[in-house]
Amino acid sequence: MQQSASLQADVVIVGAGHAGVQLVAALAKHGYAGSVLLISDEAAYPYERPPLSKGYLKGSEARDSLGFRDERYWSEGPATLLRGVQVTAIDPADRRLVLDDGRRVTYGDLVWAAGGRARTLPIPGADLDGVFYVRSLADADAILQVAAPDRRAVIIGGGYIGLEVAASLRSLGLGVVVLEAAPRLLARVTAAPVSAYFKRLHEDNGVDVRVDAVAQAIEGVEGVVSAVVLASGERIAADLVIAGIGLVPCADIMAAAGCAVDDGVLVDDAFRTSLPHVFAIGDCARWTCGHAHASDTVRIESIPNATEHATILAATLAGASAPAPAVPWFWSDQYDVKFKTVGLLSGHDRMLVRGHPDGNAFAVGYLKGERLIALDAINSTPDFAQSKALIAQGARIDPARFADPAVKLRDAVMA
Amino acid sequence: MVQINIIDSTGKSHALSGNAGQSVMELAVNHDIPGIVGECGGDLSCGTCHVYVEAPWEATTGEASSDETDMLEVVDHLRPSSRLCCQLILSDALDGLTVSTPRDDA
Repeated sequence: MQQSASLQADVVIVGAGHAGVQLVAALAKHGYAGSVLLISDEAAYPYERPPLSKGYLKGSEARDSLGFRDERYWSEGPATLLRGVQVTAIDPADRRLVLDDGRRVTYGDLVWAAGGRARTLPIPGADLDGVFYVRSLADADAILQVAAPDRRAVIIGGGYIGLEVAASLRSLGLGVVVLEAAPRLLARVTAAPVSAYFKRLHEDNGVDVRVDAVAQAIEGVEGVVSAVVLASGERIAADLVIAGIGLVPCADIMAAAGCAVDDGVLVDDAFRTSLPHVFAIGDCARWTCGHAHASDTVRIESIPNATEHATILAATLAGASAPAPAVPWFWSDQYDVKFKTVGLLSGHDRMLVRGHPDGNAFAVGYLKGERLIALDAINSTPDFAQSKALIAQGARIDPARFADPAVKLRDAVMA
Repeated sequence: MVQINIIDSTGKSHALSGNAGQSVMELAVNHDIPGIVGECGGDLSCGTCHVYVEAPWEATTGEASSDETDMLEVVDHLRPSSRLCCQLILSDALDGLTVSTPRDDA
């Protein structure tokens, strides 16, 4: 059957990650009557990313449960899916995309949900066999091919990805070293008591955690990783190196089309870019988030953020009233620990501890003035749950009651 | 196959057919049932698959785990019949299960 040289849809979504797929779903739930085309640059049917560093990596979640929807959804459901196709150019004046197979796509509205790529290591030896990243299913499968018990993994980056991978590889029986360049883990996103908790948690599980540790080079033997060399000169033996050092948003094609970009595609609170009929959502979008306290724009890399963007944009595209944005939140699973965080802590001027950070369940609140703006919850889901509404309201918190875990969080609000 | 019904907040009843072992959430999202998002994929981390279990099915769906009960604090319009439907796993005993989704205040 001859492929059509040109396609068209009322809504064309580039990127079949969480933002793109949730947009398809949200449009359908609104009963959106227009045509929707979803373009994925991967051959696989759309899949969920969080399990790649968690259950899928440690073997507790099977490949066939990673799919975002079943295959019937893609053949019979509300959107047409193109797989394994990249967008090479956008012509915003004619409202057309060019695909890498030569086809053209005409759009009514374009939604750029292209996410990002794992930041690559800028050090010698980064191109050796045995160096991995953690962004795609292919990345996770590549790690799984070499992740055998007693092999030695060195993880560069003590953020959520690095720590989740550390936990998963420990459960597979590998020796694990985590190298964090900052003085503490999760330095950009949490306060010191939470960093200390995670360091202890990983050490209790047999991970060698090194802070103030900068990887300067990777050494290899016959083209395969053999060690990581630190700036201190120390050489750490390694059979595999996994880097979790951040995400670079996919914005080049948009920039080439004349769209305003700055560490992501710039969008307003309705997800409109600087190009007419072009929107951007998810990991790649730098947006005006009303819940940010210290900056005009933020670019948030999380599932709830992607879902929230999709929910709001779908309402707009479907002609319904868009809900007010929910407070950003995030979760991370490492070993048996439930970690959930609500709000954005940037701009806080005080930190309050609730419970005992030396124990296994506690929370840390971030206040701006008297108002709670963010909360980290370690094995304290009721605090996580109650904090969402309190943060949304800008509730003023009584520090003594907040610090006492016998007092429910919602009862720590000052009248 | 296991048949279930999901009544959405407009009162419309959606009859769905799933396999034993699937969760109600998975079945719902694969059919774009309004009110069920399942954004964490069934990890008991988001609370976006909130349903009410219609009588007399609570006897068969059983009790929520303590993890689920904790997460139910996130939802709006909590009732005694509230469940997170990623934890409701289809089986022959649940053939005919009816759940409803909360009203949408957004």
